[in-house]
Amino acid sequence: MLTVRHLTKSYRSAQELVAVLRGVDLDIAAGESVALTGESGSGKSTLLHLIAGLDEADSGAIQLGEITITGLTDSARAALRRHRLGLVFQQFNLIPSLSVADNLAFQSRISGKHDAAWQSELIERLGLGALLKRYPEQLSGGQQQRVAIGRALASKPLLLLADEPTGNLDEDTADEVLKLARDLVARTGCGFLMVTHSVRLAATLDRHVHLHAGLIA
Amino acid sequence: MKRALWILAVLLSHWRRHPMQFATLLIGLIAATALWSGIQALNQQARTSYDRAAAAFGGTRTPMLVATSGGAFAQQLFVDLRRASWPVSPVVEGRAQIGGRSVRLLGIEPVTMPIEASAATEIGRTGAQAFLTPPGQALIALETLASLGLTEGATPALSDGTPLPPLKLQPQLAPGVVVVDIGIAQKLMKMPNQISRLLIGSTKGPRASLESVTGNQLRLVQPDAETDLERLTDSFHLNLTAFGLLSFFVGLFIVNSAVGLGFEQRLPMLRTLRACGVSARQLNSVLVLELVSIALIAGVIGLVCGYFIAASLLPDVAASLRGLYGAQIPGQLTLKPEWWFAGLAISIIGALLAATSSLLKAVRLPLLATAQPYAWQQAQHRWLRLQGTGALLVFIAAGLALWLGDSLIAGFFVLAALLLGAALALPVILGIVLAGGERSTRRPLITWFWADSRLQLSGLSLALMALLLALAVNVGVGTMVESFSRTFTGWLDGRLASEIYLNAASEKQASEIKTWLKTRPDVQAVLPGSRTDVQFNGAPIELLGFADHATYRDQWPLLDSTSNAWDRVRTGDGALISEQLSLRMKLKLGDHLDVPTPTGNWPLDVVAIYADYGNPKGQIGVNVDALVKHFPDISQTRMGLRVTPGDVPALITAIRTRFGLDGRNLADQTTVKSESQAIFNRTFAVTAALNAFTLGVAGVALLTSLLTLSNSRLPQLAPLWAIGITRRRLAGIELLKTLSVALITSLLALPLGLLVAWCLIAIVNVKAFGWRLPFHVFPLQLIQLLCVAILASLLAALLPIMKLLRMQPTTLVKVFANER
Ligand SMILES: Nc1ncnc2c1ncn2[C@@H]1O[C@H](COP(=O)(O)OP(=O)(O)OP(=O)(O)O)[C@@H](O)[C@H]1O
Ligand SMILES: [Mg+2]
Repeated sequence: MLTVRHLTKSYRSAQELVAVLRGVDLDIAAGESVALTGESGSGKSTLLHLIAGLDEADSGAIQLGEITITGLTDSARAALRRHRLGLVFQQFNLIPSLSVADNLAFQSRISGKHDAAWQSELIERLGLGALLKRYPEQLSGGQQQRVAIGRALASKPLLLLADEPTGNLDEDTADEVLKLARDLVARTGCGFLMVTHSVRLAATLDRHVHLHAGLIA
Repeated sequence: MKRALWILAVLLSHWRRHPMQFATLLIGLIAATALWSGIQALNQQARTSYDRAAAAFGGTRTPMLVATSGGAFAQQLFVDLRRASWPVSPVVEGRAQIGGRSVRLLGIEPVTMPIEASAATEIGRTGAQAFLTPPGQALIALETLASLGLTEGATPALSDGTPLPPLKLQPQLAPGVVVVDIGIAQKLMKMPNQISRLLIGSTKGPRASLESVTGNQLRLVQPDAETDLERLTDSFHLNLTAFGLLSFFVGLFIVNSAVGLGFEQRLPMLRTLRACGVSARQLNSVLVLELVSIALIAGVIGLVCGYFIAASLLPDVAASLRGLYGAQIPGQLTLKPEWWFAGLAISIIGALLAATSSLLKAVRLPLLATAQPYAWQQAQHRWLRLQGTGALLVFIAAGLALWLGDSLIAGFFVLAALLLGAALALPVILGIVLAGGERSTRRPLITWFWADSRLQLSGLSLALMALLLALAVNVGVGTMVESFSRTFTGWLDGRLASEIYLNAASEKQASEIKTWLKTRPDVQAVLPGSRTDVQFNGAPIELLGFADHATYRDQWPLLDSTSNAWDRVRTGDGALISEQLSLRMKLKLGDHLDVPTPTGNWPLDVVAIYADYGNPKGQIGVNVDALVKHFPDISQTRMGLRVTPGDVPALITAIRTRFGLDGRNLADQTTVKSESQAIFNRTFAVTAALNAFTLGVAGVALLTSLLTLSNSRLPQLAPLWAIGITRRRLAGIELLKTLSVALITSLLALPLGLLVAWCLIAIVNVKAFGWRLPFHVFPLQLIQLLCVAILASLLAALLPIMKLLRMQPTTLVKVFANER
C-alpha cells in the first residue's frame, strides 16, 4: 500500500549540505503496523514529513495506494492528507481553541467524511466521553495524545503516521495509549507507521525497521 | 464551500477563546477607520469655517448693484427692477451696538434672496416662516452669542433702546453678524425705505437694461475673484488634506499591526490546519474571507465612532442620526455617502494590505520550518534586510522627486515617500541601536535586556511604526499650523495696519473727508493710499502706493531689505516687491526695474522683498506721492485712518452719518481682524483636537500590541523567574524595555516630523500657490509632544506589566510543562 523508493533528502545548513536520507526504501502493507527507530537526528521525522507531503524530497518516489505523492501540487497533497492520512505529530498538536469534541471531528468534517457512528465508537474506545467539553489545555498529556489519535483516525485514513506519540508520557500511560492505537488501527484496517525511541514499544508492532546513516537497514 | 465554512469556524474559534485578542484586532481596525472618517468630517467643517471667514472679510460671491454715489438708495429702485424682471434681492447693512459691543446688522429678504448668496445666512425652508412673521428672528452665530453673554431667545436692546427680535442660533453665520428681516433692519437702523445694495441672482432671462430702469443711480459690481484670504485658506486647506493623507498612512499601519498580530498568534493553528489537509490556497482564501468580514464590521463601527468623535471635537456642530445618512442639516455634521463607501473600502483595503505581508510570510515559510525558531529568525533577518533596502529605495525615489519633480504631485509624493521610508527604516535603525547597546555591556542581565528587546522588535515593529508616523504627523502638522497661524496674524497686522479703512465715492468727497478729518482730534493720522495695474515684463502686476509713515515702516512684513530701504522708497526711486514677483521674475535686492507709466518709464531699484501671502499677482510697493506724480489720473479716494481703538466706533458712526459711506467703503479693521482671527482660531483648535486624536489612536495600537505580545513573552520570562529574578524585578525590566524602545522611536519622530512640516511648507505650498510660509520650530511644543508620547507608551506598557505582576506562579510553571 505504501511504497517508498530510493528517497533522498538533504538540508542546506550554514555552509554544508547535510544528506539526511540517502536512498530510503520502505514498504507497508494494508493493515500492517511498523515501528521506525534510529538515533536522534537520523532523519526519522524527515521521512515522515516527506510521506505526509509536508516537505518535498530531492529524488525518489513515494506511492500511497494508487497515488504518487512525489510530484503532486500543494492542493493535491493537502487533499491526500485530508482523505488518506492521519497524523499524530508533536508539532501539529490539537487546536487549542477547539473543544475535545470539535478537535476529534474537525479533520473528518473538512474531508467531508464525518461518520457519527464511527465518531462515537472512537470516543468510547478512547475513553473520552467525560472530556468532550474540555479544551486541550485542560487535559493531561496522555489524554491529549488519545484525542490526537482519535482525530487522525476519525476520517478513516489509509495510513496513520505517528512521530513519537508517546514521547512525553510515562511508561504505563505510553503502553495504554499505544495499545489503544493498535486496536483502532486493527479495527479500521489501515497501515500504521510509528517513530519511537523505545525498543520495547517497537517490539509490540508487526515489524521494526531501523534508520541509520540515511538508509533503512 | 462546506469545507470553507468548517475552516472558517475553526479560525473563528480562536477569537471565541481569546476575546481580548479579538477586541484588539477590532480596536485597531475601528481606530483606523474612525481616524479617517473623523478627519474627513473635521476637514469639511474646517472648509465651512473658511467660507464664513471669507464672508466676514467682505468677499462677495454674487454680482450686486450699489448706489453710484456710495451710500444707501431708495427702495423704489428695487421695486422698479423687479418689475423689469431683474432677479434682485435687497440688503440693508449697518453696524449696531449691543451691550457695548459692535455687530454687523444685516437685513435680508429671504424670499428673493439668490441661492448662491444665501449659503452664509441659510434659513431652513421651515424656518422662513418664523423669520418673516412678527416678532421675527435675529439670526446669530454661537460665538457672537457667547461674546455678548446672551442665550438663544433673548431680545437684547440696541444702544438706543429698541429691542431686537428673539435671537436664533444659526451656526453657519459668520461671527459678529446679526441677520434680521429687511423691514426690521430698516426700522432698527432708522433707514426707512432705504437699501444698501441689491444682490443679483443667477436667473437668466430677458431684462431691461440697467440704465433704462434706474438711470445712473446704480452701478453694477462684479463678484470678487477669489480674495487673498480665500487663497490663503485654500493653502491651509491643502495642508489639511495632506494631513488627511498622513493620517490615512498612520491608520494603515495601525490596521497592519493589528492584523499582523492576529496572524502571528494563530500561526500554530494554521500549521495544524495545513497538516490536516487544508491546502495553502484554501486556507488563504478563508483567511481573506474572515478578514474582509471583520474589516466590514469594524469599518462600520469605526465610521460611526469617527463621526461622533468629530462632532464632539467640534465646538458648534451637533451629531445626529440623520446626519449619518448624509442629510444636509444646518449646524450638523453630515456623513456623506461617499465617505461610507471610502471608509469601508479603507478598512478592507487596509486589512488586506496588512494581510498580504502576513499571508506572504506564512505561505512562503515552509510548513515545517515555521516551527523552528532558527528558520523564523533567519526569515526575520531577511525580512529586515528587505525592509532596509526598501526604505533606501523609497528615500532615493523621494530625493529624485525632490530634485527633478516640479509639481504638486511630486510634493505629495515626496511627503508620502518620506513617511513610508522612515517607517520601513525604523526596525532597522532600532535593531542597530539595540545591537549597539548589547555590545556595550558585559553584565549578563543587561546584555539579555538588549538582546531580548531586539528579539521583541519583530512583534512590536508595526506598532512602533504607527507610533513613529503618528508622532511625526503630529509634529509636522503642529509645526505647520503654528507657522501658518503666526504668518496669518502677521499678515493681517500688516494688511490691516490702520484702524479704519475708507474709500470715498469720488475725489471730491475724498478731499471733503480729508478736510473734515483734520478737525477731528481723535484721528492721529490720515494715510492716503492708491493702487493701479500695469503691464510689466509681459505680466499684469499691481502697483501699490502708500504714505511714508511709521505704520508701514513698523508693520510691513519685509522678508529681506537693504538698510535704507524706507528712505529710498520715500525719495521715490526705491521699490518694495512681493515675494511672488521676486520668485517669478527672479528679482533680487539691488536689481533695477523700469516700470512703464503714462509719463514715461519709471526707474526703480529693488530695496526690499515682502511677504504677500495669498495674492496671485505680483506687486510693487512705492511711495504714494511718487505714484501720483507718475500716474496723474490715478484715483485718490482710498485712505487709512490711525485712531485710538476706543475712538473707532464713534468716529465710524460720525463718518457714516456725515458722508453716507456703507460697510464696504468704511471698515473697522480691528473688528475685521478679530473676527477673521476668531474663525481661524476655531480651525486651529480643530487641528489640535485632531492631533490629540491621532496620538491617542497610536497609543491604542501600542497598547494592543504590547498586550498580545505579553502572552507570547512568558516563555522568555519564565526561565528568568525560575533562576530567581522576582516578578517585580522582571516587571521593572519589561517596563524599562518598552519605554526605551518608545523613547528611541519618539526621538526619531521629531526630526521626521520637522521634515514633514518643511515638506508641507516649502514644497507642497510653494508648488501649489507660489509663496512660501515661514518655517518656525517650536521647541516647547516638541518637548511637550515627547512627554505625551512617553506617557502614552507608559500607559500602554502598564497594563501588561500589571498582568505580569499579578500572575500566579502556577502560570509561569505551566510554561515549562507546555514547552516541548
Ligand atoms: N529545516 C531544516 N534545516 C536544516 N536542517 C534540518 C532541518 N530539519 C531537519 N534538519 C536536520 O536533518 C537531520 C534529521 O532531522 P530529523 O528531525 O528528521 O531527525 P530525527 O531522526 O527525527 O531526530 P529526533 O529523534 O531527535 O527527533 C538533523 O540533523 C537535523 O538537524
Ligand atoms: Mg524527530
